[in-house]
Amino acid sequence: MPIPLVAGVPFSWYLILSAILFALGVAGFLFRRNIITVFMSIELMLNAVNLSFIAFSYHLKQNDGHIFSFFVMVVAAAEAAVGLAIILTIFKNRQTLEIDEVSTLKN
Amino acid sequence: MDQILFIVFAAIAVLCGINLVLQSHPISSALSLVGVMGALALIYLQLGGEFIAAAQLIVYAGAIMVLFIFVIMLLNAGRERETPRRLWVRWAGLPLLFLFIALMAYVVQRILPPSDEVRFGSYTFGTAEAIGTRLFTTYLLPFEITSVLILIAIVGAIVLARKEVE
Repeated sequence: MPIPLVAGVPFSWYLILSAILFALGVAGFLFRRNIITVFMSIELMLNAVNLSFIAFSYHLKQNDGHIFSFFVMVVAAAEAAVGLAIILTIFKNRQTLEIDEVSTLKN
Repeated sequence: MDQILFIVFAAIAVLCGINLVLQSHPISSALSLVGVMGALALIYLQLGGEFIAAAQLIVYAGAIMVLFIFVIMLLNAGRERETPRRLWVRWAGLPLLFLFIALMAYVVQRILPPSDEVRFGSYTFGTAEAIGTRLFTTYLLPFEITSVLILIAIVGAIVLARKEVE
């Protein structure tokens, strides 16, 4: 067991942290009822995947992963703009943010 | 030192993530998400991603979260109502989550060589110069397509959120 003051971080820890954050995002996505919180859980999942990209980029000594995570950020920004506009429209038409009450497409 | 810093930032990220899922008020969740993003930016910096760490703070923690908080304030979103869930969801959800994490951790530990260690400063391809060169040579076409995507997103957001006029 190396002493923690000089030891580097094992590479697998980053991937495990990424898995934990992704699982938390999935849990929030499935269990929350507020549409904004569900949306924030999706952002959490995207962040977890970004961490994997950066970690593998370090592992393979390339910077392609950085560029991919940059694109993920850009797409997340576009997605947030459109998604929040949809949430605004839903609220304007139905006066609710509960996803259980927005079920027109069900059945 | 690397290990201590990683454990501190990872603990902040995981605790803020748990808080995001457990809080019933959307503002608390949004602020927890800012915490996760800040901690992740520091972890990116430790992995040598200077440009990505800055972009994470500016784009994610800055722009996107401000948009979220703006919408939460605008809609005056309140505390979430507790709705009854099915029995098996309540009892099987958390164990399944832990099972997923344990499985991932096991697979990762088995596949990766244990000698591979991350040290701060040994990766130098993450500077703005290196990323920019790559972005404007190899990845030029995706970059341009992304700008079209953003344009479409802007137009879509305006069309969705505007008031109807006769």
